[in-house]
Amino acid sequence: MYKLDKNIDRASIVMILIGIISCILAFWTDRNGDHPFAHAWTNILFNNYFFLGISLFAVFFVALQYVAEAGWSIILKRVPEAIMTFLPYTSVVMLFIVVTAVLHFGGNHIYHWLEPGIMTEGSPNYDYIIAGKEPYLNATFFLIRSFLYVIIWVYCARRLRQISLEGDLEGEIGEKSYWKGLRVSGWFIVLFAVTSSTAAWDWIMSIDTHWFSTLFGWYIFSEWATIGFASILLMTLLLNKQGYLTHLNDSHIHDLGKWLFAFSIVWTYMWFSQFMLIWYANIPEEVIYHMERIELDNYRFLTWFSIGINFIVPALFLMSRDAKRNKNRLIFVCIVVLIGHWINSYLLFAPGTLHEHGHLGILEIGLGVGFLGLFIKVVLNSLSKRDIEIKHHPFLDESQNLHT
Amino acid sequence: MENKIIHAIFDDEQDVLSVVKDLRDQKIVVNEVYSPFPIHGLDSVLGLKETRMAITAFIYGCIGLSFGALLIYYIMISGVGKSWPMNIGGKPNFTFYHNLPSFVPIIFECTVLFAGHLMSLTYLFRNRLYPGATTSSPDPRTTDDKFLVEVIYDDNKKEVISLLKKSNVSEINEKDEV
Repeated sequence: MYKLDKNIDRASIVMILIGIISCILAFWTDRNGDHPFAHAWTNILFNNYFFLGISLFAVFFVALQYVAEAGWSIILKRVPEAIMTFLPYTSVVMLFIVVTAVLHFGGNHIYHWLEPGIMTEGSPNYDYIIAGKEPYLNATFFLIRSFLYVIIWVYCARRLRQISLEGDLEGEIGEKSYWKGLRVSGWFIVLFAVTSSTAAWDWIMSIDTHWFSTLFGWYIFSEWATIGFASILLMTLLLNKQGYLTHLNDSHIHDLGKWLFAFSIVWTYMWFSQFMLIWYANIPEEVIYHMERIELDNYRFLTWFSIGINFIVPALFLMSRDAKRNKNRLIFVCIVVLIGHWINSYLLFAPGTLHEHGHLGILEIGLGVGFLGLFIKVVLNSLSKRDIEIKHHPFLDESQNLHT
Repeated sequence: MENKIIHAIFDDEQDVLSVVKDLRDQKIVVNEVYSPFPIHGLDSVLGLKETRMAITAFIYGCIGLSFGALLIYYIMISGVGKSWPMNIGGKPNFTFYHNLPSFVPIIFECTVLFAGHLMSLTYLFRNRLYPGATTSSPDPRTTDDKFLVEVIYDDNKKEVISLLKKSNVSEINEKDEV
């Protein structure tokens, strides 16, 4: 049973307060100018996206273990199950951003294609390229899709968490609930395959409305996977250092380290594939995406820095077998990768919404700290609600004696 | 002293694991185990050293990377006396640095090619599986469903045999060899 640490709880509340103050300051300092509140909305959106990715990937991870009938991860299954309880919070924020964007409430003009008149022929801001995308990019369908994603994800997350608890109460090997979980996971994986891509198009790619990339969905998925594995691994290791998850051995850590290593490479592969084709073809409306990120002074350093640490640190530090069994080194790499991808999430949004005016500053970090505080509070709270050690599961024995 | 060999044949790989462990605990030399498939955990029980395959993979990858970079530099940038610099899609073709993104796939493929192929060859040669190699297995049944443990003894033959008999052995063949 996980016992809440009072100091961590207090620290998380302080972090949430920092986040709230940063949020208020972000809106306050951004109230003047041509586009009031543009910085503030971008700030909320990218921080929320980062934590949405982490919590959503935890659901995918649990579902993947069911579908693959994988045994190795069972003893640490409570960790992703706790992380996925953060999904409703990020989903609500995401829906709030989507709804305010549709209503243009509070200066939320993140989605350029939602501007009135942009798809009406004859109006001063008419854009025929955007008008051509109307069948997909229109407010009604956008709202329906956004709500649909959230409903599917949150429902599956809740079901999987519930089924996992049923398995513990069922006794013996918990087979009945296992088959139930397998069915839910199958549906989730199929739906997630589509919704992860379309959500990435809707919420992220549509900001740069003229631009599109056919592998964008996988690029975002690979980022979610990297940060998801990094946070699962980091939490597992930190819990283990405090004396929980007693069955955790080197093989589990090695397996998770392999996932982190592999997905860091996949992410770089995706990033580079997208970059190289656009660079080679050199078509103006495609190149603009990378021009904004590489040529503008306020993003150039962040772009190279995030790509550098997201690729080089995991590739070099986790290459050897012993490195993936070294807890301190894994903790270091996880933290670096999470910071690197946090910067990269900023770069997914800011150049499209703020162009040359964006800069990653103290308010962005402050709100990020606030989200992290809420994340810690929610996740540790749900971790403490049930036994951290799984008692009844068909593959429990295999997982406890894992040896690779 | 003359080394003598006992071939103990087993039907199940779990018996092999336990018997090898028992034998080695008694400081008896287990020379080799022949098995139709890799047995999980056998290398640690046999006291084999950790494989150095990963290090060779890294070295071969580095060789492949350098080779790929030199190859593409020669083909696309320098040539012999800049004989035929390639102009593809109007890309700058005077510097390696400016063209690097388009060279990355080739360099990457060379790295993978070198690491993969040279590693397989190293593995085969290290196991003496070059062309024309003859079998080293003393019993053809080890390619089917039997496991063979080769034990070397000198003056402790009785001890070895009694230990083997205690386990789930299916037959014990004594081979006198020098």
